[in-house]
Amino acid sequence: MATDTVKEHVGPSEDGAWDGGKAPMKASYGKLMMWYFLLSDAFTFTGFLIAYGTLRFSSPTWPVPDFVFKTFPFVEASKELPLIFVTVMSFILIISSGTMVRAVQEGHRENQKGVVFWMLMTVIGGAAFLGCQAWEWSNLIGTEKMTVTVNPFGTHTHSGAYLNDDGSINNDDTFQVGSSYLIHSVEHASHGHGGGHGDGGNVEEGHEEGHEAHDDGHHGDDHADEHHGDDHAVSADYSEGDHPSYLVKDGFVQRKYKIMDESGEFSDDTYSEAFGPKAFGALFFAITGFHGFHVFSGVLFLFIIMINAASGLYAERKNGYEMVEKIGLYWHFVDLVWVFVFLAFYLL
Amino acid sequence: MGHLSKEEGIKAVKKGLILLAVITLVEVLVSLFGKGHLGIDPSFSFELNLGLIEGNIAPLLIVVGLLLIGLSLYKAYYIVYMFMHMADEVKGLRMSVVLPMLLFVWAVIAFFQEGNSWKERRDLILEKNKIESKDMISQNAVKDEAVLENSAEN
Repeated sequence: MATDTVKEHVGPSEDGAWDGGKAPMKASYGKLMMWYFLLSDAFTFTGFLIAYGTLRFSSPTWPVPDFVFKTFPFVEASKELPLIFVTVMSFILIISSGTMVRAVQEGHRENQKGVVFWMLMTVIGGAAFLGCQAWEWSNLIGTEKMTVTVNPFGTHTHSGAYLNDDGSINNDDTFQVGSSYLIHSVEHASHGHGGGHGDGGNVEEGHEEGHEAHDDGHHGDDHADEHHGDDHAVSADYSEGDHPSYLVKDGFVQRKYKIMDESGEFSDDTYSEAFGPKAFGALFFAITGFHGFHVFSGVLFLFIIMINAASGLYAERKNGYEMVEKIGLYWHFVDLVWVFVFLAFYLL
Repeated sequence: MGHLSKEEGIKAVKKGLILLAVITLVEVLVSLFGKGHLGIDPSFSFELNLGLIEGNIAPLLIVVGLLLIGLSLYKAYYIVYMFMHMADEVKGLRMSVVLPMLLFVWAVIAFFQEGNSWKERRDLILEKNKIESKDMISQNAVKDEAVLENSAEN
């Protein structure tokens, strides 16, 4: 009697979906949990990226990526290569994703040598990506002096013109509303990079950059001053305080300008370059740092699993190198996250 | 996750890599076009007033933005379904991973709307913050006086 009632609760057939002994997801525990870990990680990253989007939407201005990310290793900082370096980084990550797929395929074929070789390629790709990111960060922190609370990448909210060394208006050095500038550190400015760096690409700037390229040959000697006679201080005095054409505060050279109204009249008031929205630095370092940390731990685990594969551990298990498949899922996810980091920080 | 032969495997990876690389290149070109680097100024805009939708509309910039988001979503789909072999998993697993992500649609709309309204009412918010901090100072002052009175009575 009692057994009958139990049976009714279980359901009509003995081998129903709830009777146990079946894997409804048709995936091993490890793989299933890797999927759910990745789902939770996706929520973390999305939370970060939505915070980025919300703060970006809430700011009147935002640094434009093609201006912020236009440097390339071993190339003069004055040469503009917008987004090229991060494109290279993206390619490295995509290729390492491809080599990972190859490693998983060779695992299914129980080809130990193939697994180890393609995992090694993936490890190299991941390390190369981390190297690129290290260069990008060190350039932003060391040269451009961006920190989690200081964002030297500003945007003009009016059109106007910069001032000459004597404080008069320089009609050749104008900017449009919405154009970007980088507030140079004293150290950067005194190395002949000057204060000015619009993105207008006008004739004057090309001329100026020609000089800069020349200056870099003789860092810090008095040749630099000869070439910068027109635009920048002859006796580049970057002591803290108020100067006729710029303001030096906390080690940053904020150039002064006057704004121009629609009829072409200049304002009486003089303004100095304002810093960009503070949140940019914090968001950039937090989100690309969190992603970079994922890449780093991915490289670490790939390396460990590669050593295990080479030792024959997984060949003995005869489960088609499932461990390689699991770390593969993680590695593709890291690539997937980069797609959206790339979109939010660099493309839009 | 079929057990592909070596040649089939290489072919599949090659196809995937070329596809992702081409999409990435297109994305970068579209983005550079949107920033005015390709010699054409995309920022042409007009005033629109349709009751609900009001303001300056730059059609090319909107297309650029939507294109970039669409291409990125396609890349994400391709990585998950082809590289991570989601396509070979059973429907239950697919849905249990993909469906929760629909929450993001709500989150993006809600939070970006919030950010936008924050920007539009920036001056008001700054003003209110000032008033509130003043209130707090005066409240604290009142409290301090009360404390002083109490201590004087004792």
